[in-house]
Amino acid sequence: MSFMPVMLWSDVLVFLLLAAGIASAWYVRQREHLLLPWRRVAESATAMVSLLVVSLFLLVGLLDTLHYRVALPEKNGGVTVFSPEVLSVFDKLVTTLRTQTEKTYSAPLAVTLYAKESITDAQGRVLRDYPRLRYGGAHLTAAQQQDSDVLWRGLTGVLGGLLVGGLFVGVVGWAKRSLPKRGNGGHSCPPYTWRAVIIATLIIAALIGMTVNLAAAYHVLGTDKVGQDVLYLSLKSIRTGLIIGTVTTLVTLPLALLLGIAAGYLRGWVDDVIQYIYTVLSSIPSVLLIAAAVLMMQVTIDTHPQWFETSASRADLRLVFLCLILGVTSWTGLCRLLRGETLKLRELEYIQAAQSFGVSTLRILTRHIVPNVMHIVLISLVMDFSGLVLAEAVLSYVGVGVDPSMISFGTMINAARLEMGRDPMVWWALASAFGFMLVLVLSANLFADAVRDAFDPRLNCTEVVA
Amino acid sequence: MIAYLIRRILYAIPILIGVNLLTFALFFVVNTPDDMARMQLGIKRVTPDAIEKWKQQRGYDKPLLLNSAGSGTDKITDTIFWQKSASMFMLDFGYSDDGRSIGREIATRMGPSLAIALPTFLVGLVVYVSFALLMTLFRATALDMAGLALCVLLMSVSGLFYIIGGQFLVSKLWHLVPISGYSGGVDGFRFVVLPIIIGVIGGVGSGSRWYRTIFLEEIGKDYVRTARAKGLSELAMLFRHVLKNAMIPILTGVVVVIPLLFMGSLLTESFFGIPGLGSYTIDAINAQDFSVVRAMVFLGSLLYIVGLILTDISYTMVDPRVRLQ
Repeated sequence: MSFMPVMLWSDVLVFLLLAAGIASAWYVRQREHLLLPWRRVAESATAMVSLLVVSLFLLVGLLDTLHYRVALPEKNGGVTVFSPEVLSVFDKLVTTLRTQTEKTYSAPLAVTLYAKESITDAQGRVLRDYPRLRYGGAHLTAAQQQDSDVLWRGLTGVLGGLLVGGLFVGVVGWAKRSLPKRGNGGHSCPPYTWRAVIIATLIIAALIGMTVNLAAAYHVLGTDKVGQDVLYLSLKSIRTGLIIGTVTTLVTLPLALLLGIAAGYLRGWVDDVIQYIYTVLSSIPSVLLIAAAVLMMQVTIDTHPQWFETSASRADLRLVFLCLILGVTSWTGLCRLLRGETLKLRELEYIQAAQSFGVSTLRILTRHIVPNVMHIVLISLVMDFSGLVLAEAVLSYVGVGVDPSMISFGTMINAARLEMGRDPMVWWALASAFGFMLVLVLSANLFADAVRDAFDPRLNCTEVVA
Repeated sequence: MIAYLIRRILYAIPILIGVNLLTFALFFVVNTPDDMARMQLGIKRVTPDAIEKWKQQRGYDKPLLLNSAGSGTDKITDTIFWQKSASMFMLDFGYSDDGRSIGREIATRMGPSLAIALPTFLVGLVVYVSFALLMTLFRATALDMAGLALCVLLMSVSGLFYIIGGQFLVSKLWHLVPISGYSGGVDGFRFVVLPIIIGVIGGVGSGSRWYRTIFLEEIGKDYVRTARAKGLSELAMLFRHVLKNAMIPILTGVVVVIPLLFMGSLLTESFFGIPGLGSYTIDAINAQDFSVVRAMVFLGSLLYIVGLILTDISYTMVDPRVRLQ
């Protein structure tokens, strides 16, 4: 076998989350009353368009989660040795972006480096000029052809993207029309939502087509200090951001759900203890608590280098720990909400009826309380996601974020920040990190708003769909 | 009221003890002082002597909780827990790794932190509330929707972008104010104006949206309908009734953060080179100066609890129905 699949800790957690997501989607699909608020989400054009954008990010993140190690060419008879470098399926897809590194900075779509260097020309004279890039625009014979070539490649890319996007939309539309409607049907999205989604799909397809076509010959977003392609770095950062935003919920959710409901339902000393724990935790400013915990984790990791086979697994464990710490510091808000809601619910008649019928406490909690607080859980999870993605960048700046060797928006910004002082300025790495982050967070925020509007009973009591 | 306050302060003590125990566990039990010494001295060149010396210099060469060698009260007081952790209750924070008194450092650095944080807080409050009132006044119109969209957009931009972009635009391109630095007195104005503006802009999105939600909730209530029925103008109703009644939810979110203003902001202070507590914390984190981080954690939670008590007091001021007993 020429490669060995690698399961990093964060991969395991991501697949766990994915399985949980699919299972709950399947569960909801079977039950019309649970499907109802989701139908309301599906009616909103902004929600569906932002969902489209978020799922593209998710796709990149998931592809980047399938890790493996390539076997090195055999040297010592028969024993296969695997490269210490951990790659992902996504790395394989964008091998050209990953491997075609330049010497140092180059501007987006440039054919030359960003600074002048002494170069020896064909006649042996030493000139001071901008040297040509090794890969960016290497197919051009003269640098002057660059403008027309970029224009041509961009246009053909847009057309190709539109073609593929149009084909995709056509196939989906045809499949939707020809397939028999499921269930009680007749409840599809209004036409303007479809129109918005179709237009968004076409725009995104055109953008992707243009980028792909240009990236084959240029560094679309330039290169950074060590010559790495900024587009590649930005795409790799997506996984880190998504993991921080989602895996953290694996910690918050059980803690908040278990303790919040227990405190609200059991009252008495249980309530006192749980309230005490979350008051203590929430009274420490979260950045400081995270900083303290991360510093301690760093000491542990640094004093036990023997735990880690590859540097990727060390960086990965640090990421998982960061999620854990973020989770431990952020479950208190949700816990407080759930406790309050459970306090309200336990006084309602149907709970009292269940109690007088002698239903066991555990059964009351799982059958009657948990389903009725799930909307709070869901709203708070989707609302927290974007905040966590933004927090990663800040924490990495402070020095308590992800491992410096791990590609993330925070480390990108951190590295690019020092180049602000250069003249002329190196702006592209910062711009792409902020740009990608803005698109991800904005679409997550818009989707979260739609979910909240659909699930919040206070906002939706008037609209009853029969 | 006095009795209530005394009870609240007594309630605060177990919470502070909890914070203290938590930081103690985090800093001394998860990793022993030996681990920290090894880390600080560098993993490779470590001898038992060097570790002992490092620990002795910082006073970490004692038992954690119970000193069985000591006699009488020394059994408890001559330990790391007593001298490094419990002493923080007396606001004795000990010394940082470079040998300076942390307590004095905190006292001198509070000023610059406040010079940024307090104006940011006040200007921000006024701007966010006015923007939210404006959106509420024009609710469910195109203006409201545009304002809301702007809020979501501003919320989605990383806080780092405001700082880096602002510094680039105002200081580097337009040369209006120095990029970073600080000085006391009137002269310091040119240093603090940009951080304050950026701080306010950075919070516009979430702040205005939060207040808009509060106002919209109030405006759906019956007393507003009554006010409108008796012919009050929309403006008078908004300012005379809605704003006053929204005070309780507003205060809940606002008063808690007032004491925390002393702590300053980590990002702003480190980007603008302001010698406040925020940059002190960042420097300590980067230098892995654990005693400073521990002191800041304790101070932060102390101030938070003060904020909670102040919130309760503020309720009685705006709402005569609230009585603290």
